[in-house]
Amino acid sequence: MFDKLRLKEVIEEEERWDKTAVPRWLEAHPERKSEFLTSSGTPVKRLYTPGDVEGLDYLRDLGFPGEFPFTRGLHATMHRGRLWTMRQFAGFGTVEQTNERFKYLLREGETGLSVAFDYPTIRGYDSDHPMSLGEVGTCGVAVSSLRDMELLFEGIPLDRVSTSMTINGPAAMLLAMYIAVGDEQGVPGETLRGTTQNDMLKEFFAQKLCIFPPEPSVRLVTDIIEYCTDRLPMWNPISISGYHIREAGANALQELAFTLADGIAYVEAALERGLDVDEFAPRLSFFFASHSNLLEEVAKFRAARRLWARIMRDRFRAEDERSMWMRMHVQTSGCALTAQQPINNIVRVTLQALAAVLGGTQSLHTNSFDEALALPSERAVMVSLRTQQIIAHESGAADTVDPLAGSYCLEALTDEMEEGAMEYIDRIDGMGGVIPAIEEGFFQREIADASYRYQREVDSGERIVVGVNEHRVEEDWLPTELLKVEKTAERDQVARLRRLKADRDRKKVKGALDKLHDDADRGGNLMPTIIEAVKAYATLGEMCDVLREAFGEYRELIVF
Amino acid sequence: MSSNRRIKVLVAKPGLDSHDRGAKIIARAFRDAGMEVIYTGLGQTPEQIAVAALQEDIDVLALSILSGAHMPLFTAIMERMRERGMSDILVIGGGIIPDEDALELKKLGIRAIFGPGTPLDEVVRFVRENVN
Repeated sequence: MFDKLRLKEVIEEEERWDKTAVPRWLEAHPERKSEFLTSSGTPVKRLYTPGDVEGLDYLRDLGFPGEFPFTRGLHATMHRGRLWTMRQFAGFGTVEQTNERFKYLLREGETGLSVAFDYPTIRGYDSDHPMSLGEVGTCGVAVSSLRDMELLFEGIPLDRVSTSMTINGPAAMLLAMYIAVGDEQGVPGETLRGTTQNDMLKEFFAQKLCIFPPEPSVRLVTDIIEYCTDRLPMWNPISISGYHIREAGANALQELAFTLADGIAYVEAALERGLDVDEFAPRLSFFFASHSNLLEEVAKFRAARRLWARIMRDRFRAEDERSMWMRMHVQTSGCALTAQQPINNIVRVTLQALAAVLGGTQSLHTNSFDEALALPSERAVMVSLRTQQIIAHESGAADTVDPLAGSYCLEALTDEMEEGAMEYIDRIDGMGGVIPAIEEGFFQREIADASYRYQREVDSGERIVVGVNEHRVEEDWLPTELLKVEKTAERDQVARLRRLKADRDRKKVKGALDKLHDDADRGGNLMPTIIEAVKAYATLGEMCDVLREAFGEYRELIVF
Repeated sequence: MSSNRRIKVLVAKPGLDSHDRGAKIIARAFRDAGMEVIYTGLGQTPEQIAVAALQEDIDVLALSILSGAHMPLFTAIMERMRERGMSDILVIGGGIIPDEDALELKKLGIRAIFGPGTPLDEVVRFVRENVN
């Protein structure tokens, strides 16, 4: 990128400065720490110069937005054309309450819906299962059958919104319910837009909401990818997620590396199924976390795009450029929010959201400042959405494409991210891929070590978290209007489920469930069978029980 | 307790909540502090936790939950422990638990609730000072 002779001069001058000017200054002004590190443990240099990006080849490594390797963004004009989708995750209490929250968010200018399901739903239990006690509608909304899904989207035309569903183990069943609601509204599958998270691999070592063992889990993931490739061309069948890996305690580099390793595993599974890479790869999407270390995060997003493009082209021989696109959704970090002086979280969320925008995200969720205390209140949700709008319209960050490119520091960090992630991916390949690595406890150990190290650093004061281990106050200002889920939510939901179970055509339900069992044993894509069962009002728990019997249940490998 | 016996802790995750970062960190902190630690893994029912507590003959039960279902689950666990006469076990809890709930839980016999941001050493110290 630089004239060789001039570059040599710069490097020599830097050495001189480092040996003379710096020590002279340090004598009287010592630095705050002996070592500055990113969250991933990469040393951050005092100063970056052209010498640090000596090997950078502009056309090879950065290129132009909308062109390979997409480091600078997926589209030519990025946020100058269309802003990212402002998508706020929501769901709590009853389907009626969540439906109201959705309508509120749509009125306030949100452009996409995002459904949070409660724990029983996520784990494939009906609301009346003994394990569901106390959890119904607590962390999300309960959907046990098509009846609940109908109410959840009542008055919301599915051809007018895009809907993201955070669902993994029972993703096939919830997607089937959404398709069925579309049918009832007269909206065909071809026009349904949205995403099912459907990323089971990270569940085994990060979010840990598993139902079936890894192999049949990946089979279901692939069933959805295959079905959507065929029938739901505008749907993102999977959102390969680093967010949960990061929240479980991984650092930024591990988040990036493990997410891409999972992505590779899904591409391999779909290829084994006999799909053509350019048929399905354009619909693969990704989901990352954004923390407060602004430069490290921007580097991570840029490295992620470049690395995925290279993997798809070189490893999987994709030819369609869209197969090389890493389309991403980003959420600000839940675990970076503090329960102490919670109003400060607004600032954290702003930094994190800004990193995502500067990193070129397609979609963004901003957390609410009261979320270390409870589910977000309406006012806190409003502030977090306004944060995105302020970044979009007031900060200028959205007015030019990839504005931090060319910063010596940022480019050096981007390169280091890519190299570090490739090293991890090589190690995982060496173990035989993601599933053997899960069975060995590799990811679990890496994450447990990183999260413990982080906590020790906070406890020792090496790492400052404002309001937690420094700048504490005696009397915390606490938000007064915390959201409380009404205790009646569970009772109402269970009552509706019991009514449904009494009213439906039992013979039809039994026939559909028997067929599901047969098809699970036989192999072949389960989506059509699941859609039939859903339309017969078989419940989520009933369908999952059938598959638990056919596939077995996953037993956690305990590593701490 | 006599000083020559190691403190034995059961770290448990009741219910369907899968946020185990805190549970694993605290388990490791207890282990690093020289205690004997058993971690149940996820998805334990109150009954399973009480049975494990009895069988393992523990001194301390540390419950971790972030899902919001602490009231019914912790209450059920304390009942199951009482039925089995395990009143000498030091029970503590951690997670996202509002102050008013923490007060209620203390009435049930849970000796301390530790919220987000609590230093690990503070929890370890509390256990050392309060174990029977």
